[in-house]
Amino acid sequence: MKFSLILYVLHWALRFSSWRYPLFKKRLKEKDLKVQVRVADNSVGRTFTFRHGRVTSRSGVQPDVDVDISVKSSALGAELMSPPIDHLKRIEAIKSFSLIAAGPDELVNWFSETIYMVQRASWRWGTPVSNGEIRYVNNTNGGPVFVYAKGGKMVRLTPIDFDKDDPDTWTIEARGRQFSPPRKSSISPHGLASKSLVYSKDRNLYPMKRVDFDPKGKRNPQNRGTSGYERISWEEALDIVEAEIKRVNREYGPGAILAARSSHHTWGNVGYYISAYNRFINIIGATTTLLNPDSWEGWYWGAMHHYGHSMRNGAAEIYGQVEDCLKEADLIVFWASDPEVTNGVYGSFEGTIRRQWAKELGIKMIHIDPYLNETAAFLGGKWIAPRPSTSPALAQAITYVWVTEELYDQEYVKTRTTGFDKWRAYILGQDDEGIARTPEWAAEETGVPARDIRALAREWASKKTYLSAGSMGTTLGGACRSATGAQWARSMICLMAMQGLGKPGINFGGLQFGSPIDYNFYFPGYAEGGFSGDLQNSGNAISLYQRMPHLISMNPTQQSVPRLKMAEAILEGKAEGYPIDIRSIEGQFFPVRYPSPGHSEVKIMYKYGGSYIGTQPDSNRYVKMYQSEKLEFVVAQAIWNEGEVKFADIILPACTNFERWDIGEWANPGGYGYDWIGQLNHRVIGIQHPAIEPLGESKSDFEIFHEVCKRLGHGAYFSEGLTELDWVKRIFDASDLPKHISWKTFLRKGYYVVPPEPEATRPKTSYRWFAEGRKKDVPEPHPLPGSYGENFLDGLQTQSGKIEFESNSLKRFGKDPERPPLNKYIPAWEGIHSADLIAKYPIQLFSPHARYSFHTKGDGKDSAINDITDHRREIDGYFYWIARLSPSDAASRGIKENDLLKLYNDRGAVICAAHVTHRVKPGMIHSRQASAVYDPVGKPGYSADRGGCVNQLTPNRTQSLKTHSAAYNSCLIEVELWDGDPDIGGGNGSSLESVDESASVLAE
Amino acid sequence: MKKWNLIVDVGRCHNSNNCFLSVADEYQRNEHPGYSAEMPLHGHRWIDVKKKERGQAPMVDVAYLPTMCMHCDDAPCIAAAKDDAIQKRNDGIVIIDPVKAKGQKHLVDSCPYGAIWWNEEKQLPQHWNFDAHLLDSGWVEPRCVQSCPTGALRSVIITDSEMERLKSEEGLEQLEPEIQTKPRVHYKNLHLYKKCFIGGTVVITDSGLEDCLEGAIAVLNKDEKKIGEEISDAFGEFKFDDLEPASGAYRIDILHPEYTSLSVNVELRESIYTGVHALTPR
Repeated sequence: MKFSLILYVLHWALRFSSWRYPLFKKRLKEKDLKVQVRVADNSVGRTFTFRHGRVTSRSGVQPDVDVDISVKSSALGAELMSPPIDHLKRIEAIKSFSLIAAGPDELVNWFSETIYMVQRASWRWGTPVSNGEIRYVNNTNGGPVFVYAKGGKMVRLTPIDFDKDDPDTWTIEARGRQFSPPRKSSISPHGLASKSLVYSKDRNLYPMKRVDFDPKGKRNPQNRGTSGYERISWEEALDIVEAEIKRVNREYGPGAILAARSSHHTWGNVGYYISAYNRFINIIGATTTLLNPDSWEGWYWGAMHHYGHSMRNGAAEIYGQVEDCLKEADLIVFWASDPEVTNGVYGSFEGTIRRQWAKELGIKMIHIDPYLNETAAFLGGKWIAPRPSTSPALAQAITYVWVTEELYDQEYVKTRTTGFDKWRAYILGQDDEGIARTPEWAAEETGVPARDIRALAREWASKKTYLSAGSMGTTLGGACRSATGAQWARSMICLMAMQGLGKPGINFGGLQFGSPIDYNFYFPGYAEGGFSGDLQNSGNAISLYQRMPHLISMNPTQQSVPRLKMAEAILEGKAEGYPIDIRSIEGQFFPVRYPSPGHSEVKIMYKYGGSYIGTQPDSNRYVKMYQSEKLEFVVAQAIWNEGEVKFADIILPACTNFERWDIGEWANPGGYGYDWIGQLNHRVIGIQHPAIEPLGESKSDFEIFHEVCKRLGHGAYFSEGLTELDWVKRIFDASDLPKHISWKTFLRKGYYVVPPEPEATRPKTSYRWFAEGRKKDVPEPHPLPGSYGENFLDGLQTQSGKIEFESNSLKRFGKDPERPPLNKYIPAWEGIHSADLIAKYPIQLFSPHARYSFHTKGDGKDSAINDITDHRREIDGYFYWIARLSPSDAASRGIKENDLLKLYNDRGAVICAAHVTHRVKPGMIHSRQASAVYDPVGKPGYSADRGGCVNQLTPNRTQSLKTHSAAYNSCLIEVELWDGDPDIGGGNGSSLESVDESASVLAE
Repeated sequence: MKKWNLIVDVGRCHNSNNCFLSVADEYQRNEHPGYSAEMPLHGHRWIDVKKKERGQAPMVDVAYLPTMCMHCDDAPCIAAAKDDAIQKRNDGIVIIDPVKAKGQKHLVDSCPYGAIWWNEEKQLPQHWNFDAHLLDSGWVEPRCVQSCPTGALRSVIITDSEMERLKSEEGLEQLEPEIQTKPRVHYKNLHLYKKCFIGGTVVITDSGLEDCLEGAIAVLNKDEKKIGEEISDAFGEFKFDDLEPASGAYRIDILHPEYTSLSVNVELRESIYTGVHALTPR
């Protein structure tokens, strides 16, 4: 079609849509402007004039327009504007300056979005149900949901019961029985509580400014966390943000802006931080936050050195294990593994029914955990309770029994592993150290009776055993988040190497992963980066970028701050960390130093969410950081006024995923979380309808970033002229969905259930190929081709291609005395051997992930979860965090159930409600991590916290000094009845100094 | 006439609290005229999961007990209510009328199960009404059942005679048998919450090292009468369950063909782990 004709038709399309669709008519009333679209040589041109909601048009080129859009040639113009839009051609034209839009960013965006609105003016969504309610769909971190709304209000949300049009499910036949999951989705508590969080009284509903913050006068950073706020307009808030960004860039140069974020986000591929936030940060240019692999720790820094899997952060293969376990296994050993609490990640209760099947089949269970965890309580079986941080010693004693009693797969060890002789010598004490790692030796260390260790070793070796090490099968679990986290994860690999990993019934997993679903149906995970265009820091380049061409984005500021050392970076001006670089095993060896060469120190912070005080170790440091004058400005973009949001100078109110458009698949991160959908019984891909309008003046993250970008002239670059809904449609188009369901049906119904994989083509069982010495045949594109030492698909990622008892990569690195190539036992640097400290602080605190909340999400904020008596305890009208302690520790301190306790050490003090229980042994306190409430009784950073952020007590030292890893579960404290005083134990509050001392002692 | 019943399996409940949260979601910030007024944001748990921890380390187990309005056929609250404020529907569901019940605080005490909650702000007694408003608009089960991840909650709509058959087939019990109110909520595996266990560990010493003894026979005696027999497992552990709390003196005889027998006397109050019992070679 000719370009001039297309422009003529466009005019009528605008007018028709305005006549036909009230929403479009309303849109046209938003702005008055004159837009010209023309060929660069002025051979063709047409002007569109928007006045008072009416659009008129005339042919020809005019000098006085608000927006001038020019294309190189008439042919290109026709190509770009003929529906359906070819986005690859479009961005190529933009990148080659063949398509240029001149004019104010605001108006250029408005016009582009309006043109896209023409095609979607007729779209309808939602399913009318009874009582005048409309049923929408959404996704949460804890499962997909139906959302019922009426009159602009959310009424309820439920899991999704599949209907007759949804596909049938799968069946596994095991030991003469047939098992199929129910045809519905399951939901985690933090997902089910969503409505109470949407309507929380702690929502940020309006832009706010700290009352004593004056960007042109006194900033009073020392008052952050104590002074109040006043409501301001979006215009005022954005003015300040814009001015601060521009000011520090001119005054200090690249690096001055720190973009600080957390590990998770509300669900959806467009709004997720790896999408909208990454694009925003790349566009404005900022120092980034170098995350530690926070729930993988020991696996990433340790396990991968024995068997590879860098691209899974050190986690194992996850295919076929559900069927193999149910058919073949006799025993499952859960070690620091509580999948009924952590639900894999994002996996709701999908694995629960499979573990119930295993129980029905009589598969035995053993649970190794300092706490009698919920999975143990649910499934039953022997409970073995090592002291926190001592599990590697337990593993070595098991090895000792296997070696001395020849209870291991000698053929497998000979053909599939290397370095065993050295390992064997170490275990038997036939090396320099000369300590035989006997059950009696380990009993001293772990507190587990030697007889139980022998029984465990024999039981394990005599049965076909699955090892669920951490709650995903590998990864997660408190043991990997301690001073000995890497040692523990390493020892899990070495144990399985002795029992024939990959042989029938012998594998990693606790039935959390490896469902017989379709793994080939393509839908991008959130870690594929959405519309970020970020080819470096997301999985965008692998598949999504080709399927959804969009403008790339790249951060010009080559500086990052290690998250665990953010306080030191700001307060002391320097910090060092190690990266998550998963392309190779060696990626983690490169130190990341702050500040970067030639970069400015951080001067202002763009904080996204507010979880650090609840989730980061020794978190009083962060309080002190926020109160430092070295941070000239802090803006917090957040949904709720929680945690450290109360330390910001400006608060930008973001809305929840129930108030904006998005699209996503349940439990599908992709990227580093490749095929995590394998924990689901059914793949459910859902659109995320805005069930209600954004509350108050809150806006979606996309919109807020877009607003800031527009002020810097980057608005069109940020959005490419598309709205969130347009990007949702583009992600739909980029996936395999259009082959199976029309957009209109999907948009209306809201979800699609991927049919199960036919039995004949289900993925093979993980490591069977390896055990049988064949080429790799599980469907993961890992490792990179160059990581196979000889032939493609032949062997593991390690140098030898085998499981290495003595790690070649650690030997080559050679610089980490705390990670020797042989996985020697090095007691925790804070624990039972810390003689001086333990005299003062005799209790080991361990703080695994929370059950009902997802990190800080769902906790506090007046949510319904607070009323769960195993989450918080309401005492005199205040909801306290829970500390669980043994009857003997309670008795010796005069503590009774529901007494208020002060947990303290030199780093801080936290007030909790006592729960006295036999599920914790004497000498330990169990208190889950990630309170969203920070509520200091006195001066912030220097007083007891009534909110329950137990991470104020945990050490900031990394597991080994050559890693960027947290060690939450190596923590010594004392506990006493709280008398209401605000002081922290030790009293000096100088945790930063004490940390430096411990670091230098260890360096010696 | 088919009527609603709820079956709670204590052996399957793992305290997800999805039942409580679905009630909070359904009734907080929502009014269902004719059925219920809004539930307060805090302090009310119309479905309340109670916890019982039994034993001592290392032998500890945990049972969770979801409790709620029992929808009794002989409900004391109905008798106690003025102005017919509480009605028994033909489908078995008990409904507290959110208008007529206003001010009737005494109804809270009329419930022997403590399942009626007092809404101070609205001056209203409230309970979980089986999600009657949803069932009336076509839902096939109440929300607590829909969102229960373990199958611990099951709702059935059957005749009373069918329910009687189901009760005997599945060994269902009343939560409090002595309360004769004909509840429509029935429990399975209730002993895990209400009864006690006696457990212990059998060990031997071999070449100077202590080992767990698998295959030892533990015989439980009461009043010189054998009432149970268990075989120790790979960790030497045995456990006798389903014993009445505070039921007095028991004797455990631990036997093994290769070792001398041992007897242990136990005074049972609450569940007890009797510790490590060392057998010596014959």
